[in-house]
Amino acid sequence: MGDMNLIGASVKRKEDYRFLTGAGTYTDDVVLPQQTYAVFVRSPHAHAKLRAVRTDAAKKAPGVVGVFTGADTAAVGGLPCGWLITSKDGTPMKEPAHPILAKEKVRHVGDPVAIVIAETYAQARDAAELVDVDYEVLPAAVDVRDAVKPGAPAVHAEAPDNKCYVWGHGDAAAVDKAFKAAHHVTKLEFANNRLIPNAIEPRAANAVYSRADDSYTLYVANQNPHVERLLMTAFVLGLPEHKVRVVAPDVGGGFGSKIFLYAEDVVLTWASKQVNRPVKWTAERSESFMTDAHGRDHYTVAELALDKDGRFLAMRVHTLANLGAYLSTFASSVPTILYATLLAGQYTTPAIYAEVTGVFTNTTPVDAYRGAGRPEATYVVERLVETAARDLKMDPAEIRRRNFIRSFPYATPVGLTYDTGNYEKTLDAVLKLADVAGYAKRKEESAKKGLLRGIGYSCYIEACGLAPSNIAGALGARAGLFEAGEVRVHPTGKVTIFTGSHSHGQGHETTFAQVVADRLGIPIEDVDIQHGDTGKILFGMGTYGSRSLAVGGTAIVKALDKVVNKGKKIAAHLMEAAEADIEFKNGFFQVAGTDKKKAFAEIALTAYVPHNYPLDKLEPGLNENAFYDPTNFTYPAGSYVCEVEVDPETGVVRIDRFSAVDDFGNIVNPMIVEGQVHGGLAQGIGQALLEGCRYDPETGQLLTGTYQDYAMPRADDLPAYQVGTEKTPCTHNPLGVKGCGEAGAIGSPAAVMNAITDALGVRDVPMPATPQTVWRAIQAKR
Amino acid sequence: MYQFNYHKPASLADAAAALAKNPDAKALGGGQSLIASMKLRLSQPSDLVDLSGIAELRGIKADGGGVTIGAMTRHAEVAASAEVKKAIPALAALAAGIGDRMVRNMGTLGGSLANNDPAADYPAAVLGLGATVNTNKRKIPADQFFKGMYETALEAGEIITSVTFPAPKKAAYVKFRNPASRYALVGVFVADTAGGPRVAVTGAGPGVFRVPEMEKALAAKFSPESVAGVKVKADGLNSDLHASAEYRAHLVTVMAKRAVAAAG
Amino acid sequence: MPVKVSMTVNGKPVTAEVEPRTLLATFIRETLRLTGTHVGCDTAQCGACTVHLNGRAVKSCNILASQADGADVVTIEGIARADGTLHPMQEAFRQHHGLQCGFCTPGMVMSAIDLVKTTPNPTEQQIREGLDGNLCRCTGYHNIVKAIQAASAAMR
Repeated sequence: MGDMNLIGASVKRKEDYRFLTGAGTYTDDVVLPQQTYAVFVRSPHAHAKLRAVRTDAAKKAPGVVGVFTGADTAAVGGLPCGWLITSKDGTPMKEPAHPILAKEKVRHVGDPVAIVIAETYAQARDAAELVDVDYEVLPAAVDVRDAVKPGAPAVHAEAPDNKCYVWGHGDAAAVDKAFKAAHHVTKLEFANNRLIPNAIEPRAANAVYSRADDSYTLYVANQNPHVERLLMTAFVLGLPEHKVRVVAPDVGGGFGSKIFLYAEDVVLTWASKQVNRPVKWTAERSESFMTDAHGRDHYTVAELALDKDGRFLAMRVHTLANLGAYLSTFASSVPTILYATLLAGQYTTPAIYAEVTGVFTNTTPVDAYRGAGRPEATYVVERLVETAARDLKMDPAEIRRRNFIRSFPYATPVGLTYDTGNYEKTLDAVLKLADVAGYAKRKEESAKKGLLRGIGYSCYIEACGLAPSNIAGALGARAGLFEAGEVRVHPTGKVTIFTGSHSHGQGHETTFAQVVADRLGIPIEDVDIQHGDTGKILFGMGTYGSRSLAVGGTAIVKALDKVVNKGKKIAAHLMEAAEADIEFKNGFFQVAGTDKKKAFAEIALTAYVPHNYPLDKLEPGLNENAFYDPTNFTYPAGSYVCEVEVDPETGVVRIDRFSAVDDFGNIVNPMIVEGQVHGGLAQGIGQALLEGCRYDPETGQLLTGTYQDYAMPRADDLPAYQVGTEKTPCTHNPLGVKGCGEAGAIGSPAAVMNAITDALGVRDVPMPATPQTVWRAIQAKR
Repeated sequence: MYQFNYHKPASLADAAAALAKNPDAKALGGGQSLIASMKLRLSQPSDLVDLSGIAELRGIKADGGGVTIGAMTRHAEVAASAEVKKAIPALAALAAGIGDRMVRNMGTLGGSLANNDPAADYPAAVLGLGATVNTNKRKIPADQFFKGMYETALEAGEIITSVTFPAPKKAAYVKFRNPASRYALVGVFVADTAGGPRVAVTGAGPGVFRVPEMEKALAAKFSPESVAGVKVKADGLNSDLHASAEYRAHLVTVMAKRAVAAAG
Repeated sequence: MPVKVSMTVNGKPVTAEVEPRTLLATFIRETLRLTGTHVGCDTAQCGACTVHLNGRAVKSCNILASQADGADVVTIEGIARADGTLHPMQEAFRQHHGLQCGFCTPGMVMSAIDLVKTTPNPTEQQIREGLDGNLCRCTGYHNIVKAIQAASAAMR
């Protein structure tokens, strides 16, 4: 018998045993025969001309196998950007070259200039110091607001004003008209602080070339190996796609930062043929700080127009988005498509206009980081809404209720159609969970201790399940966003699933197995999930944007449907019944209305031992695959409440309670879903209180380049979270799921900052609200 | 990390000889700062002289109401020591808050003092308690030991053997941590000693320093209110992306007040 | 000049000649090929490399292999029983979903065992403070704290 009721059960994770015993295989754990080790020589300057790169001494150093520079890789193409954004004047975005090793110029601290390959890592590191680079240091454009000023140093000749694009979205005229007629306008101006992703596993890659069949294998810490391969072969190296295998083994966290095709991956693959040996590189954490694509970094002016009853009339948003020195793989889409389309939030705001200027600067490239555009949008909407409530002296829950979308499907003025939702329900649930009723008393108690207590709300929405390929294509995507899955039923009825999704902590090996075991009515132990290897998996778009179960899971379900349909044909033959009379339930193919039935494993065996089998009509074997392209995005939404206590003497903020109620639609494994929410909350709270990437505004030196200066949330920085869920199933995928990976990071910063501004009685405090920042805000108020 | 030669002498004399032989040799205590700095290639000693094989550098003994702690004693050992907890609970508590769990299991008292990181905790206790730093050559009073950022009175080849901490009437250490590194942004050690109250501040300046105005106020009355109104000047204090000199100066007063309150 | 180091790792005696600059983490990962001990940073702050040195948690990335000469070292591979039964701390992490990507996990588990050893019946706050040397980017620590609470009961 199969396991019943697997959907909705907190099954313990299948992957945990190997992780808990040190038996996982991460990229740096892979050591190949004849292994060599690489170190990159990187620019110490934010902006400089390369006068000369001298490698003679390094090449002669002990153990050195090869040293290569931009001149050596001149024939190799630059890194591509996967999304075309068109400016409001109709011109395409500027796409300057993104060389894999710097050619004439370096454009950010950490820009790779040369690779040194040696017998040991220590030898490579020693030799790297002997590479002599002659730089002519140039003035740098660093802060996004400075970079667009007239006369700012140009990062690329192709964009003399440093503007990659000026993109407009929504009906500007309708918005202007609504603002003129408004009873009240709430305006805020703030930065959304730049973050460094910091997956605890640093990026790593190990490339090996085989002369035997002129093929390459690249082991890489990556979230989407097929995309990595496609971009690398078709757009950069010009290699035949079938001659390159990309393996993303166990990956120690991604959070977006391992989606992208990085220069190091390409250089290693290219160099492995030059030295004809495997070449491994593992980032030191300092390199990760300088070269993993960063996240956020917006400067925004946002306005909300309201009538006298607190109804939202229109929203106007102007954002400068820092793209860094080069366009990373999805950089262009994050502050545009994934941002402005979410500005309706949960509300019926009838007119919205957003203008986003993408700006090149002499900083590390900026791309998707957990939430990718949607945390920035939520921050704009929810800071505005809460501030508007304060301006109008309204209850912050009430102003939201007055503006909630209540009828679905709902087409927003920024291009999305929400299929379903129930925002009042999550708000009601969180008010209860957070014991908002008891807040006034808690505030009094805090005051007695000399502490300032504040409360903040945030009601977010996100678009997940990326994405309907045709919609994405119309918006400029240069790739499809479907997913693929394969169900391999073995003769004994055991099942291996091959999925294009990739797990780097999300627990797919368990969640997907639950879905499969439930659908096939077999024990979960009989199901294994394989992912992360282009040599095994038919195709895949990978894991990001909370898409795995909604898109990758659906592809598996579609393939399972094919397996069951074929099984019905086999069962009908065996039981001499009409195919239409066969029902599949709880692991048995049964002739309807009779007790005649065959177990799933019997059918599988028959498929592979087809002695009594309709071979004239049906192929043997039981192996099916499916590609699934979603018809709409999914729209997870939720309501968060944060309560803080501020020590006015020191500026220290302590989160006393954080309550989150999310609507992810149906849930397969509540334990895993809660874990995803916890992790997202930690990153969102980290953004609000601790984390902020800082560059020297003149020199472009990274000031937060180690854990000594970049404040990562530790256990005692964070509260115990109270989480709950409500369920309005997604209407357009068979599992009714929406995605849960990013929610916590999307909804929480605004809740925290709304609570801090409430505690202090000020309009705004910049993120991260470090003790010094909060202390200064208190001083400024006095 | 650059190449170096490694030595593990069994006696203090051999260690001193090894250090004397090479001007670029360094003594290795627990290595929790030194190894980290060598890994980043910020430090390049020709030789490392590992002191962990020298038995006489370890151990804690009660000493006329105070305690003498061997230079190679780990922070965790000090934190857990019944002798230290009894004689100077504030010192045990300070040791329990140094770095993190793993650093405390490896890092040593002597290593911390010889390094004299401006944000280290132990210098505040040594200066705040008026301790004596014992070396293979002499006894150095705390007030003469610390010479500013990463500088001490130690001469070439001189090795800290132990530190003698006299027991105060009462004492406490309160630390405001750097949110990223967790080092002391400002740490204040307050002690009411036989020689009068002492206030030692770490993290705020280029090296640990005393605040005479606070000590005077505490001599008149040992209570939080006595220091609450005493401001230190921001001039000369550290300023970085985590805290300006003004904010640090403000925190010195707040932490001092809280330390006095904690001392009881 | 290479130095000879000998130590016991997970109960087995090992000896090797290494460069003096070899870190204990490198010795464990590269020389012994015990890759469960992870390296997540270069400033000795993430704690992923935590192992037990003579019974106490230390960061193997910030110790020379020579410093462990003669010592008893236990890594994440050495704490389950020989038959594969998980240590109570490992089991508690599994039961309470105290891990996601698994990269910080070995160090987290080794630290947590040390924590419970020094603080046998820790409160939630003591656990949070006691994890001061370990970073996790996935779990938000919530379930790690729960796991350690449960393990402390099981280890009593």
